[in-house]
Amino acid sequence: MEAPYLAIPSMGVSAPPVQPPTGAIPGAGPGDILKESGQREVFCGLTSIVWLHRRMPDAFFLVVGSRTCAHLIQSAAGVMIFAEPRFGTAILGERDLAGLADANEELDRLVKDLLERRPEIRTLFLVGSCPSEVIKLDLAKAAERLNTQLVGRVRVLNYSGSGIETTFTQGEDNALLAMLPLLPSSDEEQLLIVGTLADAVEDRFRLIFERLGITTVRSLPPRRSTDLPPVGKGTRVLLAQPFLSATARALQHRGATLLSAPYPFGVEGSRDWMAAAAHAFGVPDDRFNAVLDPLVERGRRALEPHREVLAGKRLFLLPDSQMEIPLARFLSRECGMKLVEVGTPYLDRQLMAADLALLPPATQLSEGQDVDLQLERVRAARPDLVLCGLGLANPLEAEGIATKWSIELVFSPIHGCDQAGELAELFARPLRRRAVLQLS
Amino acid sequence: MELTLWTYEGPPHVGAMRIATSMEGVHYVLHAPQGDTYADLLFTMIERRGLRPPVTYTTFQARDLGGDTAELVQRSIRQAVDRFQPDALLVGESCTAELIQDQPGALAAGMNLGVPMVNLELPAYSKKENWGAAETVYQLVRTLLKPQLPAPGTPKPSPSRWREEGRRPRVNLLGPSLLGFRCRDDVLEITRLLAEHGIDVAVVAPLGARPADLERIPTADANVCLYPEVAGPVCSWLERSFGTPVVRTVPIGIGATATFLRELHGVLDLALPAELQEVEGQPSEAERRSRLPWYSKSVDSTYLTGKRVFIFADATHAIAASRIASKELGFQVVGLGSYSREQAREVRAAAAELGLEALITDDYLVVEKAMAEAAAELVLGTQMERHSAKRLGLPCAVISAPLHVQDVPARYSPQMGWEGANVIFDSWVHPLMMGLEEHLIGMFRHDFEFVDGHRSHLGDGAPAAASGADQEGSMATATVPTPAPATTATTGPAPGTTTAGAAVREALESLWTADGEAELAKIPFFVRGKVRKNTEAFARERGLERIDAEALYDAKAHFSR
Repeated sequence: MEAPYLAIPSMGVSAPPVQPPTGAIPGAGPGDILKESGQREVFCGLTSIVWLHRRMPDAFFLVVGSRTCAHLIQSAAGVMIFAEPRFGTAILGERDLAGLADANEELDRLVKDLLERRPEIRTLFLVGSCPSEVIKLDLAKAAERLNTQLVGRVRVLNYSGSGIETTFTQGEDNALLAMLPLLPSSDEEQLLIVGTLADAVEDRFRLIFERLGITTVRSLPPRRSTDLPPVGKGTRVLLAQPFLSATARALQHRGATLLSAPYPFGVEGSRDWMAAAAHAFGVPDDRFNAVLDPLVERGRRALEPHREVLAGKRLFLLPDSQMEIPLARFLSRECGMKLVEVGTPYLDRQLMAADLALLPPATQLSEGQDVDLQLERVRAARPDLVLCGLGLANPLEAEGIATKWSIELVFSPIHGCDQAGELAELFARPLRRRAVLQLS
Repeated sequence: MELTLWTYEGPPHVGAMRIATSMEGVHYVLHAPQGDTYADLLFTMIERRGLRPPVTYTTFQARDLGGDTAELVQRSIRQAVDRFQPDALLVGESCTAELIQDQPGALAAGMNLGVPMVNLELPAYSKKENWGAAETVYQLVRTLLKPQLPAPGTPKPSPSRWREEGRRPRVNLLGPSLLGFRCRDDVLEITRLLAEHGIDVAVVAPLGARPADLERIPTADANVCLYPEVAGPVCSWLERSFGTPVVRTVPIGIGATATFLRELHGVLDLALPAELQEVEGQPSEAERRSRLPWYSKSVDSTYLTGKRVFIFADATHAIAASRIASKELGFQVVGLGSYSREQAREVRAAAAELGLEALITDDYLVVEKAMAEAAAELVLGTQMERHSAKRLGLPCAVISAPLHVQDVPARYSPQMGWEGANVIFDSWVHPLMMGLEEHLIGMFRHDFEFVDGHRSHLGDGAPAAASGADQEGSMATATVPTPAPATTATTGPAPGTTTAGAAVREALESLWTADGEAELAKIPFFVRGKVRKNTEAFARERGLERIDAEALYDAKAHFSR
């Protein structure tokens, strides 16, 4: 069996973080990219609300859209646990479209009612949708107007989660981008972790950074919507999620430095991710190794039983959450899986640089989707496992192809060395299950 | 503009998808942006379908809007027809496409596709899912039957023509569809029931039908409108255009099944069997074929008498439930309502029969409030009510869409016909028995044999239920994994309702005097909660400033009516 961890140059702290590749690095990284456009089997950006509202319990997400938007969020979320969730849809009706009702007045009325019911709300996101974009309802102006009305009580922000502009996880990118102007400016030295993490995972990372001597660690989005981190020249940004292109760029405009690192999935990715921060903050190698080595060792032990199931198995990743490239890197390098095709809704080369460079040579990447054509390739390749959305999982299983639902990855705590075993287990479980069942 | 948090029905194009996916040989091209494909998972996850819904989405993006989206529509239509070779094509648009007015149906009409094409115009900003389903069935049947339309003035076919033609009478079963409640099993049950009475089924539609099957609809002697939400308009049109009589009684429950059979025999001019005639002293078909009548009469069921039941569902199931609950199980219906505005009149009539005012709304918070105010002991509702009931700590049985994956059981469990009545008896009485079990758990809680960790199936009651409900609480799919416990614990229940609720509770609790509390404590624990609630309601109604022992007994007398 190969020893995947030994020959990785980027593991050493003394080595600089992986350089962004300017093209295909010889002997590593992806091969030609297949670009497709056609029917896409992905959610729109509104779906991000499902985890954003949990991250910031004092925020409310009001989609201005149609019954379809409301139905989408409740179907995608699947969870109906709260009497009144912290998200909702202002459904446009015929009267609004015909101009019989002034959409702005209607929105003001609705927001007023909502905030009376929910006095604990501190930040209100007006979320644009396909219909509101098409009729050019100016939510920025609406937010501005409401902000003056509600000054001192509630902050009103707006962004678009529409399907015509955003896919699935890009909704979070737009939401964070909308928060940026509110971030105070400060040149204080700090590490800023950007992207929603499960609270428990975030706590772990903070603890580890503290052990490394990086004491000022802040998060965007914060746990309380009003508890916004400052940003400025002393800010070093570590992206926890791979889908935050616009936010990352806007933070750079505010003077922050973007650290290049693989995303913190798996032992290697998490270690390199923390190494990038350690390097930027001048943490000595021995200290870094002293803190990380036990975690790495433990993480690898947790991975081992799942690696036994996954090694040598062929994986096809359909585009969905934008996490496909980092996950493919983790599953190939740390779990020994063979990559048949790695699909991604869109490819941001700068944000994916470190992960792309670690993909096996000539990995087939695809960007965008024409779902019928892609499924033909899946059928032709007969992979052992397909990562896909919920609309495709049972149909593929019915054809005898094992699947892993991608949506679970945005809900589960999967970041960090401590979660590497769990992350691998998510992929190993469908294969284990198939091995266990004796039904015919 | 209307604020919606959770919805009972999706948009109308989801109704059209239900029809396309229920059928075979039909393909639906939907002009829609990225994201609208979410609706696929309703079928693949809730119904566990092993096939993708037969829907092609044009997936237009913002950058397409400046260019030629019409060309995109045409390309998608052409590719879909080539790839899927459907027998019939539906072409329509979702809410956003409706705004850009490409008129995909008109474009398709000009394409010379060589297959029957139905242009679906489903107004997304005024109509909803069930309306969309009904309109799709109607438009599809109308399009396919156009060549067969009898000339005006043609005499109506006699419903007893089967006799002259020397064959058994035959009917169509119209309305069953995916994401409807137990349609798969209802069709089986009704087909068997009809066979026992010598009646054949010509066409079942839309569930499992091909376009060619729809073309056979006029060969039946009558149409059975099994689900008015979906088949009402098409049955009326077939009656008008082809003169086919419609059997409109929905056979859910003992009484309704008997009425259905009598109506059917009448329409088809069949002699009524002795067991369907109401003759004193003779066993009825219902008593012979279903266990519900005897189970309901048996002494064990005495405790069901007067149980306060709150019902909210689609119109068909709500009306059926109100009759079964009041007439066949001896419950007291304390609330009846529906989200089906199209059938509001029928629901209102059913409510009026019980001396109630029907609740017609699609706001689940209004429903939850009504449920709490009615002091229900059992809730019969949709998945939405199941969640509300859980929060209120009430037992609940699901009787209608919207569905959860658990409402599509593996076992045979129809709602209609004699077996349906058996299923209903079990599934409505079971949660009540579980309710009694709660009391036993409470009763023995302090015994040393009692092991910690015996959990109520209702969760931990209202406000603290967040994490408990979280493990189970999943509305549309039950498929999405529950988030990490660490994150849920900090989130807590929605403060909006609980804080307001807690304030009211506190205000009420402060009314009790020491002797009132002492008297309350003497009441057996398993009715104590109810007595407390009733007494507080009584005190509020009378404007009492304190609740002492006398007030408690006044309230007891008041509620013993």
